Amino acid sequence: MTEERGPLHVTGELLATKRIGAHHHLTVVARGVPERFRPGTFVAVSTGAERLARRPLWIHRVRPTGGYGATLELVVEERGPGTRWLVSQPAGTRLDVIGPLGRPFSLPKEPVACVLVGEGYAAGPLFPLAERLRERGCAITMVLVAPDEAHLLSALEARRSARAVTVVTADGSVGQRGSVADVLDETLERAGAAVVYAAGPDEVLHAAAAAAERAGAWSQVALERPMACATGLCHGCTVPVAGEGGHTRLVRSCTEGPVLRGDRVVWDGGEA
Amino acid sequence: MSLALANPVMVASGCGGTGRELAAYGDPAELGGFVTRSITLAPRAGGHQPRIVETPSGLAHAVDLHNPGVDQFLALELPWLLQQGVTTFVSVVGRTLGEYAEIARRLGRTPGIAGVEVNLSPPDAAASSVFDAREPFHAASVVAAVHRDLPRGVPVLAKVRPDPVRVAETARAVLEAGADAVVVGNALPAAMPDGRDAGLSGPAVRPLAVRCLTEVRAALPDATVVACGGLATVDDVTTVLELGATAVQIGTALLHDPTTAHRLVGALAAPVAGEDEA
Repeated sequence: MTEERGPLHVTGELLATKRIGAHHHLTVVARGVPERFRPGTFVAVSTGAERLARRPLWIHRVRPTGGYGATLELVVEERGPGTRWLVSQPAGTRLDVIGPLGRPFSLPKEPVACVLVGEGYAAGPLFPLAERLRERGCAITMVLVAPDEAHLLSALEARRSARAVTVVTADGSVGQRGSVADVLDETLERAGAAVVYAAGPDEVLHAAAAAAERAGAWSQVALERPMACATGLCHGCTVPVAGEGGHTRLVRSCTEGPVLRGDRVVWDGGEA
Repeated sequence: MSLALANPVMVASGCGGTGRELAAYGDPAELGGFVTRSITLAPRAGGHQPRIVETPSGLAHAVDLHNPGVDQFLALELPWLLQQGVTTFVSVVGRTLGEYAEIARRLGRTPGIAGVEVNLSPPDAAASSVFDAREPFHAASVVAAVHRDLPRGVPVLAKVRPDPVRVAETARAVLEAGADAVVVGNALPAAMPDGRDAGLSGPAVRPLAVRCLTEVRAALPDATVVACGGLATVDDVTTVLELGATAVQIGTALLHDPTTAHRLVGALAAPVAGEDEA
């Protein structure tokens, strides 16, 4: 019944936790999951039976490692009791992991120019995406956004995959001071972008989708929604999207998303 | 009429998606039964975000009966379940007795369903827009309306309010009105952090659900009762079966771990009951 790409439910193991800035990078063994990973898919981790909701986490990297098979690298920002539990576990902790979940980013068939826009830890899935795009010969520009330097994800690494990297922080602690909206139009124009990929909070996604539309580019956005099950069972993480004929319908961020076409998402009026 | 389940583990309404999502973690046809999310006559968009928040040992939810409506359900969701051989119970809810009857007529024309579950107790904001079945007499009217319009041989399950004070009285009324079984336990009326009406589910509600079960069993020792409410472990399930439940419905536990129901089926079938928690 399970397709080869379908999610697996496994008991994995936390191999290591490394603190980098405001984030924790967790290296996790979850048998079979890395092999099915495609950029944009995610895992849902249990943080103990007393916390009923699964925590959806972005997959930042898949690394082949001798002995364990491939491992997953997950970026976690401590935001509540579940993530607090997760980042304080010692190496060797068993973790219930479901994944990979959701629909990944679609890759262009031609080697076109792509702009990747991500904020904070949520920029995680853009890095493996950049690798896949580079393999296809796409010219990549990355825009990394954060409130401050501590919340900026892997800017050094971005320079390896991307032809150009723009860093924007709200407090100006590194890169350009300002917000993502200040740089998008110019960046898209300079890159001659055919596709814009975005990951982060709704403001960033909406701004990226709007800028893409102005530039005549496609956009794909990876939404972040709080989830209870992350597996499609509860209908808790719904997002309104415009369907054919201007008809709005609700889709689940976990199963129909998390990656959706930016021009199809009905953004909340107040959010961008 | 017996429920004719292959085993006592069912999926509770609203916790199994459309069935297909669950299939990634185990064959839904191997479960005792699958209860669909509650289906209304017309499609319902449901509540706005956030719809589900975690609470101590529970989840507060305001999904508000988000569903595609009976016609879309029959066209797009039920055929897959029947094709897979899933023992499917369709949960229904209506704004009027006429709507309940109309849904029952449309379901009655569809061969293959194992039964209909009448949702008499939506706990969230949907409660204000559906037929008010708080009084046992009204609950009985709903069951009678559904029962009348279904072909003989399609069992009716009545999912009653988890109110220990009136649950036995309600159970008696719905059974007299033609229900074949009573599902005891549903989400409790609660509130989201912002004050919107919500339901509360999960282990937090289990002691109350078990009390409702014991009240019904004491008053109606011959009734077929399905226990529901915060059940998650083998121990939880064997306890309510010993207290007289014929079957159990697993809900919130599936959201945390979609393999829960299958593991329970396996553990209950094992010659020596497992002592580990599920």
